[in-house]
Amino acid sequence: MIGLQYAAGKLPEHDLMVTRSSRLSEPRWVRWIVIGISLLFVVVFLAVPLALVFVKAFEKGTEAYFMAVTTPDALAAIKLTLLTAAIAVPLNVVFGISAAWLIAKFNFPGKNVLTTLIDLPFTVSPVISGMLFVLLFGLQGVFGRWLDEHNVKIIFAVPGIVLSTIFATFPFVARELIPIMQLSGTEEEEAAVVLGASGWKTFFKVTLPNIKWGLMYGIIVCNARAMGEFGAVSVVSGHIRGATNTIPLQAEILYNEYHITAAFSVASLLTFLAVVTLIIKKVAEIKIRRQASTTNSQSFTGTL
Amino acid sequence: MALAKAIENIFPQRRKRRVLPGFGLSLGFTVFYLSLIVLTPVSMLFLKTFDLTWAQFYGSITSARVLASFRLSFGTAFAAASVNIIFGVLLAWTLVRYDFPGKRIVDAFVDLPFALPTAVAGITLTTLYAGNGWFGQYLEIFGIRVDYTPLGITVALIFIGLPFVVRTVQPVLEAMELDVEEAAASLGAHRWYIVSRIIFPTIRPAALTGFALAFARTLGEYGSVVFIAGNMPMKTEISTLLIITRLEQYDYPGATAIAVTMLVASFILLLIINVLQARINRKASSV
Repeated sequence: MIGLQYAAGKLPEHDLMVTRSSRLSEPRWVRWIVIGISLLFVVVFLAVPLALVFVKAFEKGTEAYFMAVTTPDALAAIKLTLLTAAIAVPLNVVFGISAAWLIAKFNFPGKNVLTTLIDLPFTVSPVISGMLFVLLFGLQGVFGRWLDEHNVKIIFAVPGIVLSTIFATFPFVARELIPIMQLSGTEEEEAAVVLGASGWKTFFKVTLPNIKWGLMYGIIVCNARAMGEFGAVSVVSGHIRGATNTIPLQAEILYNEYHITAAFSVASLLTFLAVVTLIIKKVAEIKIRRQASTTNSQSFTGTL
Repeated sequence: MALAKAIENIFPQRRKRRVLPGFGLSLGFTVFYLSLIVLTPVSMLFLKTFDLTWAQFYGSITSARVLASFRLSFGTAFAAASVNIIFGVLLAWTLVRYDFPGKRIVDAFVDLPFALPTAVAGITLTTLYAGNGWFGQYLEIFGIRVDYTPLGITVALIFIGLPFVVRTVQPVLEAMELDVEEAAASLGAHRWYIVSRIIFPTIRPAALTGFALAFARTLGEYGSVVFIAGNMPMKTEISTLLIITRLEQYDYPGATAIAVTMLVASFILLLIINVLQARINRKASSV
């Protein structure tokens, strides 16, 4: 449009450039202020807290740090956390793939309701998530008496921790995969099936390569949230040292007992995990973008 | 069998639509797992409320202590989401439109609150804002007390809610075509006019979705808040903590009443989010 004015000789070339840039972006001082405020916000609210974890953890030297993370209680907490994640994550990954395949590849009535229900645990408070299982399996709960008679312990024991963690991390893999699978469409899979590939073969050879980075990110986020889950686990755990304490619960206990350095040492393990998660996310994002742009250009040349 | 055949004859596209295998399997497994892990426990909570008479239910959620906790939880979540909608949009704008050194790192940083366990965030923020903490000691000079006050709770919730606003606004800004802005500029519109009349309306649904997501998520927050809040009944006791207190006293009906009220609030928010999301998608597809 501005080209028209230019062609009509209304604007000299130099003016054109000035008008364009000043109207399509903000003046330099506005830009610097906006960038400055944003960065200040990130530093104050995100960077300084992250730094504090490590500063406090290593305050008394690396020796004290390793002592703190290798006490029997800490090791038991690490073991329980790893066990919980090792059960919760694979289950939610299988569910996530199944749900994403269903929602992204098929149309059926009730699809929107299903999508909303999958997101449900995300909006339920962690405390309420834990409470749900207390109501089901606690001593006064629906199955409480039966479980007690049969000597099965779920609440204040490992199964309760695992269950509430599964609930709290339920939607993460599905949420990550659904948009990616929707974006890649169904044509490639349909071609494979028409050419005689079995359903599983189609999934492993066609779908999986397309979604692998999204899946990777989904798994790592689900894992980080599973290992770090606090509210839900806190309700069902009973805080029994060496038995039902996960890493976050152990950090809480140490903090409340004023063992600040030890608390941050234990907490730093999960903070490391969070940083690794962020790095993998960034890598996955770049890969997904690159993949999307190559498939787009391929289909573009295809139609040519 | 005959019925299925008949349906297929009436709706031939129904068969064509399902070239891909696995519909039955994935539907069956998804619904089964969803029912087992999510629907059964959640519906049990609602069933549990029927143990209470209406008067008991109403009585327990309108007791002074519960009402104070609702006011605090909703108030601080709203305040934090309001701060986040301003700084979240600003941050998303900075990340999409401007270039500066370290941009990728800042972008990765935005997800930190989501990846960091809430309890770690809790003890970190409390240490930071305590009277002898890195921030607390300077704020004290100005007479600002953050830890053990509603302000502290709000700070923790700002931390938790930030990624939701940034990550919902960012893709919408990225998808915005520059040609509308170019057209407006060529017609003589000033930059501020373009920003307020074209850019703001385009990102408004996304910003509101982010606000609602942050609000919904922080409303039920526990781990990051419980350390910094101080947990004084009537003053700095949030609803989720009160649920735990009631459970520890084996007052299950009392805990259920508070939990159901909060769940209904988050369902309403979820509904609003879905409506907003549908509006964004419609806008995106019409462009």
